[in-house]
Amino acid sequence: MVNAKALLELNANGLFCPLGEFYVDPVRPVARAVVTHAHGDHCRPGHEALLGTPHTIEIARTRYGPNGFSKVKEIRYNGNIRLKGVKVRLIPAGHVLGSAQVVIEAKLGGKTVRAIVSGDYKRRFDPTCEPFEPMPCDLFVTEATFGLPVFRHPPTEKEVGKLLASLSAFPERAHAVGVYPLGKCQRLIAELRRAGWDAPIYLHGSLRKLTDLYQRLGVELGETRDATASAKAEMAGQVVLAPASALSDKWARRLPDPLICGASGWMTVRQRAKQRGVELPLIISDHADWDELRQTVEEVDPETLWVTHGAEEALVHWRRSQGYEAAALSIAGRSDEGDA
Amino acid sequence: MTPFAQLLTSLVFTPSRNAKLRLLMRYFDKAPDPDRGWALAAIAGEMDLRAVQPSVIRGLVEERVDPVLFRLSYDYVGDLAETVSLIWPAEPEGTSVRLSGVVDQLAAASRSETPALLVRLFDQLPPEERFALIKLATGGMRVGVSARLAKTALSEWAGEQGVDAPVERIEELWHGLEPPYVALFQWLSGGGPEPDVDLSLAFRPMMLAHPIDAALYSADELKANAESEEATRARLAERLAPSDFAAEWKWDGIRVQAVATDNGRKIYSRTGEDIGHSFPDLVEAMRWRGCVDGELLVVRDGEVAPFSDLQKRLGRKTVSAKMLRDFPAHIRAYDLLHDGETDLRGRPFAERRTRLEAWASEAEADRLDLSGIVDFAQWDALAEIRAGARAAAQEGLMLKRRDAVYVGGRPIGQWFKWKRDPLTADCVLMYAQRGHGKRSSYYSDYTFGAWRGGEDGPELTPVGKAYSGYTDEELLKLDRWIRNNTTDRFGPVRAVKTELVFEVAFDAVQVSTRHKSGVAMRFPRIKRIRWDKPAHEADRLETLQRMIRD
Repeated sequence: MVNAKALLELNANGLFCPLGEFYVDPVRPVARAVVTHAHGDHCRPGHEALLGTPHTIEIARTRYGPNGFSKVKEIRYNGNIRLKGVKVRLIPAGHVLGSAQVVIEAKLGGKTVRAIVSGDYKRRFDPTCEPFEPMPCDLFVTEATFGLPVFRHPPTEKEVGKLLASLSAFPERAHAVGVYPLGKCQRLIAELRRAGWDAPIYLHGSLRKLTDLYQRLGVELGETRDATASAKAEMAGQVVLAPASALSDKWARRLPDPLICGASGWMTVRQRAKQRGVELPLIISDHADWDELRQTVEEVDPETLWVTHGAEEALVHWRRSQGYEAAALSIAGRSDEGDA
Repeated sequence: MTPFAQLLTSLVFTPSRNAKLRLLMRYFDKAPDPDRGWALAAIAGEMDLRAVQPSVIRGLVEERVDPVLFRLSYDYVGDLAETVSLIWPAEPEGTSVRLSGVVDQLAAASRSETPALLVRLFDQLPPEERFALIKLATGGMRVGVSARLAKTALSEWAGEQGVDAPVERIEELWHGLEPPYVALFQWLSGGGPEPDVDLSLAFRPMMLAHPIDAALYSADELKANAESEEATRARLAERLAPSDFAAEWKWDGIRVQAVATDNGRKIYSRTGEDIGHSFPDLVEAMRWRGCVDGELLVVRDGEVAPFSDLQKRLGRKTVSAKMLRDFPAHIRAYDLLHDGETDLRGRPFAERRTRLEAWASEAEADRLDLSGIVDFAQWDALAEIRAGARAAAQEGLMLKRRDAVYVGGRPIGQWFKWKRDPLTADCVLMYAQRGHGKRSSYYSDYTFGAWRGGEDGPELTPVGKAYSGYTDEELLKLDRWIRNNTTDRFGPVRAVKTELVFEVAFDAVQVSTRHKSGVAMRFPRIKRIRWDKPAHEADRLETLQRMIRD
């Protein structure tokens, strides 16, 4: 019996494709790594050969420097390459700029079988990256960061609207949003621009490099300024972006009466938001919510579903109750509570 | 329902008192009657709906949602109302339901009709409003707003409409008003007269005292801890005439106002909360007529019990016979506001005191006695008497101008409290936590410990937590020290090297079964930071144990 499960196995380094002799998003340095996107828990430095989309490679170089990897190979969206016994293709995942799903195909027993490792993904519109492309497959490896039915992200416009309403209600306070330097930062800027906010947006120093890179790669973000180089009074009633850790620490003292905002899927749960000292929670996530996870699984309609990092149990339970095969894969080192 | 639900959400996430006030004022301004009145009732804890049991809500959701998925979600979220509001599978139709409509429907539904009504509303409302509905239906808002803050918002909002409605006046009227408070809002918005309320059983806003130090020292002197026994005596002699004042003991209980008329009996806390249900023994004994200002105490065989005994009786909805027997409640009267129906508040203190003494001997009241007047001719003599206060379950002395009329609030120059000196102990800083609001980037909450014998020699055991008493400059210095001496981190908490000694001041030490050390401090605050003192010279737990008053 031919089975797509032959295409992937889990070992201590992560997900391995034995027929193609490569790993997908390995957690330790390996000979050949295909990465879905450039977040640190998916793309680590030290691999001999790094394969990914041109944007992912560009971002990885910016983060880890030119010596982060011995060899790199760019694979354009939908361009096929052959790796040993399998064909590999990258298709958009809609998570951050350059993010991709890894499509692996091989002929086994006279029949073509297909496995897809989705990496992190979302289904709603994101002005900074290509939208997720659903493709039917036999084995689908999905994330489940928000794999519980309590997570149903409201429309992004509504959440951005909350921030704008607060800016007009509290024009004397800097609105400081905790963001991750890759993806959430630039998406939030782009969403604010889309909603008509054209004032300069103030950035923590650690967000500068990747924001500039996004702009070089053609993502329109308007004017951004360095918060550390700006006068305190100037930032009243303005949007300031910084890593969440900086906002609960000394860095925030430079801001005028800061109103701490959070922008992530975790903001759905009041206690989580409060624990993080957030005064204005914005549910803006780069991950699929419960409805999107189920919709995606139904669209790609795999015979077998593997669920990684997050609330695996609920999604596995749901898929099994529909009469399909599903299992949880626990990959060490994936952040459960990082940026989301 | 939308504005109310949004108000609840914003209140939960807003740490600052002023910002909460602004949110409440904006809501009272925008929301129509009777919605805003119901919202006020919900926040002030005056909503009189039959509470729906959480198990009913749980049953409803398990009919709609896969129980495994519900259980996993509930485990994750941790709060039933929030889990149900988020997981309920319906897509809201977007029809807007008014808060008053929801309240009317809940009030009209019988116990057996309520579940079906909730399901219908859950289907109609988006998650945030479902959450508000569940909180309404199950009782208990817990949005971090006290009734007092809500009334303050009402008063300030009225001010914006050009209506003079001091919060004390609103509190005075409060017990004669009922949700949804339409007449109250009419008055506050300038559209009607002050509501006509029978005030005979109402709370009379309490007259409060200033600390004597605040009258004798400047703010800068206080910040620099400049007060001393000698300076206080000298300044008293220089600035206040002893003959203008009466002195009385300040007892270590809770200040109450007890009022009894032909229409009923009430016991109010300092903030006007009716606490009679916790003290049926006292209510029963209030066969007299009038309104008394006094201290609620537990008294056994004529002896005042420690405050921790009184604490056991506070906040109880029902009181067992054993509680009543073991912790008998008592009022020690300071003042008489009404003698029968006669309002005495406009008379001077000396006259009220004479009336109080006559009234009490005539009333022959059970469970009530008078707080004695302390005779003194000179401040020095009074200071000597005060020094003996600790032994006698007294918090210190009250000084009251003999000509002071009784007015609510904290009028300047009329009443002073001269508390006994606090106890102090040298303790070692063990953990520090970031504060809230303006202090959220500073390590401003400190847990400190005292030494005790452990298996491997002396070890520190936490004995208290304080977040006041230091100056802004000291906070900066402490914050820096903590960051440089961190040994471990647990979320927002840092463990630090056990090297820094605080001189901690506190009002008393109590036995505590909740704390590992077995002791708990009352009102601990940082008195001095002993940068100079080696940690091993800090106090031992036994020293604190000896301070427990039995």
